[in-house]
Amino acid sequence: MNEEVRLMKGNEAIAHAAIRYGVDGYFGYPITPQSEVLETLEAEMPWETTGMVVLQAESEVASINMVYGGAATGKAVMTSSSSPGVSLMQEGISYIAAAELPALIVNVMRGGPGLGTIHPSQSDYFQATKGGGHGDYHLIVLAPATVQEMADFVGLGFDLAFKYRTPAMILADGIVGQMMEKVVLPPVRQRRTPEQITEQCPWAATGKSGRGHRNVVTSLELDSAIMEKNNERFQRTYAEIERNEVRFQSYYTDDCDYLIVAFGSVARICLKSIEEARKQGIKIGLIRPITLWPFPYEAIAEVAKQVKGILVVELNAGQMIEDVRLAVSHEMPVYHFGRMGGIVPNPLEVLNAFKSHFNN
Amino acid sequence: MNHDDIIKQGTKVYSRPRLMDDRNMHYCPGCSHGVVHKLVSEVLDEMGLENDAIGVAPVGCAVFAYHYIDIDWIEAAHGRAPAVATAAKRLNPERMVFTYQGDGDLAAIGTAETIHAANRGENIVIIFINNGIYGMTGGQMAPTTLEGMKTATTPYGRRVDLNGYPLNITPLLAQLPGTCYVTRQSVHTAATTRKCKNALKKAFKASMEGRGTAVVEVVGTCSSGWKMSPADANKWMEQHMFEAYPPGDLKDTL
Repeated sequence: MNEEVRLMKGNEAIAHAAIRYGVDGYFGYPITPQSEVLETLEAEMPWETTGMVVLQAESEVASINMVYGGAATGKAVMTSSSSPGVSLMQEGISYIAAAELPALIVNVMRGGPGLGTIHPSQSDYFQATKGGGHGDYHLIVLAPATVQEMADFVGLGFDLAFKYRTPAMILADGIVGQMMEKVVLPPVRQRRTPEQITEQCPWAATGKSGRGHRNVVTSLELDSAIMEKNNERFQRTYAEIERNEVRFQSYYTDDCDYLIVAFGSVARICLKSIEEARKQGIKIGLIRPITLWPFPYEAIAEVAKQVKGILVVELNAGQMIEDVRLAVSHEMPVYHFGRMGGIVPNPLEVLNAFKSHFNN
Repeated sequence: MNHDDIIKQGTKVYSRPRLMDDRNMHYCPGCSHGVVHKLVSEVLDEMGLENDAIGVAPVGCAVFAYHYIDIDWIEAAHGRAPAVATAAKRLNPERMVFTYQGDGDLAAIGTAETIHAANRGENIVIIFINNGIYGMTGGQMAPTTLEGMKTATTPYGRRVDLNGYPLNITPLLAQLPGTCYVTRQSVHTAATTRKCKNALKKAFKASMEGRGTAVVEVVGTCSSGWKMSPADANKWMEQHMFEAYPPGDLKDTL
């Protein structure tokens, strides 16, 4: 099947993109606001077409361990959930990172803490970008702002996960999961053959057949000297990812006097605020980090040289602002504007917040 | 006289299984794991499954099963082996996927994964070593610890009013329509070891034929955790463990 233009929800786009990318398996558990991913996959019945396995697990704990098991055999496997469910997955994600397995995890964030609300939020930034589970590890974190990016980041996430043998996460907010937009779905790719998987993943536990020696997928190493070496290897991978994979988008930064930093759908709201500000003669630019880890520290530092101050806008109490402050080394005022609990600000509210900090 | 002088044509009647590595085991003297590892190695070899097998190791004493049996392995998080095996099998249906789990792994932290994998009828084999104690962490209470049994966390004996009842999980698994074969074995005598080997063969065969989940419980000893000599542990197992967990087939649809 070729490229196709459709109108759909972000969550549905994830499901369609997964089938078209040639994903081998999806394992998930229902939770609002992302249940459409599993629902769409079950309705599409990809096991009849591409051979993709789709399974509703008994819990998020089981889902992520199914992802671990599938990834250990070299297959392209994924799960999706929302904030409380992703908290349950943290142990498994740490194991996946430590066993150096490629996998894709989607978090369509809702407001927390606790059971919180089913409405949109970005309050899992810390959890996603600083590790989340136990031990020193990172996920490659992609933050989509459009339904198109929800679709595109499935393929990008898997490509990066396999390139670096590390899990990737799509960190979306409930807005981009639930809203409908035009999306160009990618052409359908064939799933990899067992031979291609053996070639691409010589480490995978696929059965010893034809290999002559056994493969063991594990994160356990009781010898501290070896475990330190393993950690050093993980850190080298993370350093390479930081060098190669920083992604961001800049808007109106050529002539800006102030800068807004925002990710996900909030960046689109901020863009409206900036366009209104420009009508009033206030030159604000926008940087939208696309990879939240690795974070675009240098890009922000570069633009910061020309601006008088920065406003970070998030659907949380102030999480990404810590990375923005690191980027500019506290050399200028960096303020935060956030709404919590599932409340989404409108462009005027953002502009008023900007003016309250910068006396315009 | 050297090794080759002793082993001549017709005199060799027994040897280490081909799929078992020649290395020192971390298991204590008298532990049942060594015998079950040997049986698994023999059965995989005899059934020609060496290249098709994917084992899923637990957290517990058998965490290092992958050091001893020469097949592909995935080391799971504590209790999650049936979930790991579910995906490994569904994504590689031509492979023989089995878990190897202890009582804490299978019947405490992993109860949900065990029940649900069996209830879905995943075409996997679950090998369940029940010795009524947490061996690796130093002899704490397991879900299958008998009433009155002393452990590091029940130093005066397990009390039902404090700790609840021993969990007899295998009959629960036998009730589920997804299981095709559920049996309870032991490996403390030559005769029971032979029976256990046959049970493993039957389970592996059922799994390859796609008949559903096969469960082989092995009631075993933990002489270190029980603080007994290996011989006394075997006697104690027969007297007490078999009363709560009697050997025999619990379900056979094959």
